Amino acid sequence: MTVTSASPQNTGLMRTLSVLRDVVSRPSGAIGLFLVVFHVVLALVSPWIVPYDYKAMNSAMMLTGPEATHWLGTDHLGRDVFTRVLLGGREALLVTGIATPIAVTWGGFVGILFGLIGGRIDEVLMRVVDAFLSLPWILKMLVLIVTFGTGIEVLIPTLAFFYGIPVIRIARAATHDVVARDFVSAARARGHSRMTIIRHELLPNVLDTLMVEGAMRWSWMLLAFSSLSFLGFGVSPPTPDWGLMIADARGFMSFAPWGVLGPVIAVSSLIIGINLTADALAKALGIDRAQKAPV
Amino acid sequence: MTGPLIDIRNISVGFTGKSSATLPVLRNIDLKVNAGESIGIVGESGSGKSTLALAAMGYLKSGLRLMEGSVAFQGQDMFARTRTELEQIRGGELALIPQNSGQSLTPTLRIGAQLVEALRLHADVPEAQYSAKAIELLGQVRLPDPAAIMTRFPHELSGGQQQRAAIGMALAGEPTALLLDEPTTGLDVTTQAHILELLRDIARDRGMAMVYVSHDLGAIARVCDRVVVMYAGEVVLEGSTRQVLKTPIHPYARGLLASIPRLSDPRLPVALDGRPPAPGGAGQGCSFIDRCALAQDGCRTSRPDLERLPSGEAVRCFHYQEAHQLSLTGSGAIPASLDGASPSALHLDYLAISYRRPGLYDKVLGRDSAGVPTVDGIEITVAKGETLGLVGESGSGKSTILKAIAGLLPPSGGKITVAGGQALAPEVEHRSPDHLRKIQLIFQNPDDSLNPRQTIAQILEQPLKLYFGLTGDALHQRSAEILDRVRLGAHYLDRLPSQLSGGEKQRVAIARAFAAEPDLVLCDEVTSALDVSVQAAVLDLLNDLKATQGTTYVFVSHDLAVVRALSDRVAVLYQGRLCELGPSADVYAMPSHPYTEVLLGAVLEPDPDTAPTLSADDVVELSPPAQGCPFQRRCPRKIGRICDTDTPPWQQGVKDHTIKCHHSIADLAAAQAEGAAGQRA
Ligand SMILES: Nc1ncnc2c1ncn2[C@@H]1O[C@H](COP(=O)(O)OP(=O)(O)O)[C@@H](O)[C@H]1O
Ligand code: SF4
Ligand code: SF4
Ligand SMILES: [Mg+2]
Repeated sequence: MTVTSASPQNTGLMRTLSVLRDVVSRPSGAIGLFLVVFHVVLALVSPWIVPYDYKAMNSAMMLTGPEATHWLGTDHLGRDVFTRVLLGGREALLVTGIATPIAVTWGGFVGILFGLIGGRIDEVLMRVVDAFLSLPWILKMLVLIVTFGTGIEVLIPTLAFFYGIPVIRIARAATHDVVARDFVSAARARGHSRMTIIRHELLPNVLDTLMVEGAMRWSWMLLAFSSLSFLGFGVSPPTPDWGLMIADARGFMSFAPWGVLGPVIAVSSLIIGINLTADALAKALGIDRAQKAPV
Repeated sequence: MTGPLIDIRNISVGFTGKSSATLPVLRNIDLKVNAGESIGIVGESGSGKSTLALAAMGYLKSGLRLMEGSVAFQGQDMFARTRTELEQIRGGELALIPQNSGQSLTPTLRIGAQLVEALRLHADVPEAQYSAKAIELLGQVRLPDPAAIMTRFPHELSGGQQQRAAIGMALAGEPTALLLDEPTTGLDVTTQAHILELLRDIARDRGMAMVYVSHDLGAIARVCDRVVVMYAGEVVLEGSTRQVLKTPIHPYARGLLASIPRLSDPRLPVALDGRPPAPGGAGQGCSFIDRCALAQDGCRTSRPDLERLPSGEAVRCFHYQEAHQLSLTGSGAIPASLDGASPSALHLDYLAISYRRPGLYDKVLGRDSAGVPTVDGIEITVAKGETLGLVGESGSGKSTILKAIAGLLPPSGGKITVAGGQALAPEVEHRSPDHLRKIQLIFQNPDDSLNPRQTIAQILEQPLKLYFGLTGDALHQRSAEILDRVRLGAHYLDRLPSQLSGGEKQRVAIARAFAAEPDLVLCDEVTSALDVSVQAAVLDLLNDLKATQGTTYVFVSHDLAVVRALSDRVAVLYQGRLCELGPSADVYAMPSHPYTEVLLGAVLEPDPDTAPTLSADDVVELSPPAQGCPFQRRCPRKIGRICDTDTPPWQQGVKDHTIKCHHSIADLAAAQAEGAAGQRA
């Protein structure tokens, strides 16, 4: 008997494609995905397309309004705001782009493990998670950053750690639903190891939820990163960063609002784009999203 | 008003498919229901039964639309009425009782409040009398202590009580017609029999018409005057209940009847192979052609009309005159059974299982809180190659026992030993790979037991990799062979479970269990989620596998006829305790334990000439009594205090037939004979 077959990866690829098609066919998904892709591409190519040097100060042209040569005007040091807005998301996207997958991976793994173990251990551990979550996030992060410093090498693990914790909750809840089903009992009765059950039975069924959750975490993390920069704990000057730019331009907002408006529009459009995408993704995957957008 | 109460004329209902063509779900249906008449609509899942019943109310599920035809209730077009008019009629003169009465009862409202609301909307009763009237209705549906039931929430009632309350609510508007969609599916046999008697009586007393939708021909036989058989959205046969069930003249109806396992027949039912065409999938010929034994060339090219015969029947078949050639009773295989003594494959030694573990408080206080165990004192030996049937109503502990054997639920007492007298570790994690492989479990619902994200290949590879370490080509080859063993082609390997029908999915689940080359297969209600025709095929498959592989089965079901068809021996369980144990032939021929008698008496046969005997009340007990006989609260043959205080002893009958009762088998036989004589007199 000869048997030919498409590999399982093929089935997975086909599903991914059909989900993607579904996302794009929704207005929210199309707009959201466009915004996200736009920002990511911009962050990659911006150093080669910006009109000015982002560090170049010009004491003759401080806080000038938008005009033909400076589309978004200049800041208090006479630097081109447009240039700095184009470059201002690079740091944020780099840090959150690395920290989000780490957060979802570790949070998802721990959540699935808790969900599978269940019983009293799971309950006690979840209490700990809840207690931790009830502390204001900014406080927790400031303590760490003040202790260890503010470089990327601190920001990435810090954000990845803190933003993985809420993922535990979601992954655990999703796992609980799956664990109750007979195919998991069947796998247990066959005698598979815990790891095999996680990999083959649980993960494929909670992956959808984790992906949507990951997108949400990403937008929350961007917001946090910008807030940290705003407070002076993120990117250090003169590197352009939206949060930092808003903080710098805040004092001149009454007579030079372009300094704030540029980075605000940039950061909001990215966060909104991620949220719209997450929404469309959740709908395409048939997941009820209880959590609301961060803004 | 003369003329029919409900008059459905030539309706077709369809939905828009992916290719934007309209796919029909119902095709050219005519149905008339006269006042006071009760009509049964039968067919397999997907045949359009529920759609038809809802259309009779002027309602279509979202996505469906009326393509042609009309529905009139009391002479007026239902699809032409306004929303308010429809709301007035529905729940008033025309009421619907869905399968799951949880759907029709509001979970957050007390039963009394819901009844009063129904009365306010639909009844002609002065407000002051709502309460009294509500109590009266609950009395009419024979709920015990109606005044107390009024103050309860739906979740505080058992399934049967909920269904009664729902019927009571439907009666509030003094309906002239009641539509029932699988109203007893999912209820226990005894409860089902009681509800059906209730419906019969109510319909007769009130002159109420009923449209009774069910896949269960036994229920239909009990309550309906006329029966309509549907297939792939069409009416294929219509006639009196007697005509349709005793001398059906359509090949599909005959196949359906032959696929039902009967209590009176030890043979396996005959499977009706194949599956109905999907909506829009029927060719230009007869929609039954792919499964029909009488099909001829002409059936492929033109579609038969529904022909009305002088006998009052209507049939959609060119060759109905030859239909009588098709056998109606199971000429299916005699179940494979073992001959002579055989070594033990499984021994349950005073097995006890508790769901409640002692809590922290109880430990501190030194209290034994495990209380009365859910399952207790199970002592059974299953011989190699034997099939042991385990029957009992829902909650009797059947699944619990299987889970304990499979190691998913550690017992609180007793021992489980396998062939060679080796004790099994209570927890699956501590069992040896060999023990794990030798015991396999098949679940009730394949939708739940197959991972929706895995292809059939991935599903089958799991045991093959785990137990035999197969990889690469060998793995693939073996998966295909295993699939072939359950009569599925290799092209199924790449599909996901959602792309398979219910019967096909269950075959995959069976294939997965047999991939381990097990000695002992535990089957938990493996056919309960399937249509009867598919069920017969699965039973046949299990029987074949047993014959070829020499497997030992523990076969659990609430359906006594299904158990009879496959089992060598049968054990009857009540509240987690054994009542009766013996060779199937003997137990079914002479059910001796009072509970077995009640249970078998309540079984409905698809035959209008039989009636169930209802002896015990259909109360649902939530936990077993702490001492004495588990059946003491419901037993119609209870002796007295001894039943409440002393655990009944085993009473020996002929051969291995034993019961656990303070009566001897001979006494019970005499009492049954006396009862039967009394009924005849
Ligand atoms: N997970 C559980 N926790 C507590 N009680 C349970 C659980 N599962 C089942 N039960 C109880 O155990 C009894 C037996 O249930 P079960 O074995 O499922 O019966 P069956 O399979 O015969 O319908 C019932 O009273 C049921 O309510
Ligand atoms: S018309 Fe032909 S195919 Fe259809 S049921 Fe009759 S004999 Fe069978
Ligand atoms: S022991 Fe008593 S209560 Fe139990 S079945 Fe026998 S007669 Fe009935
Ligand atoms: Mg069960």
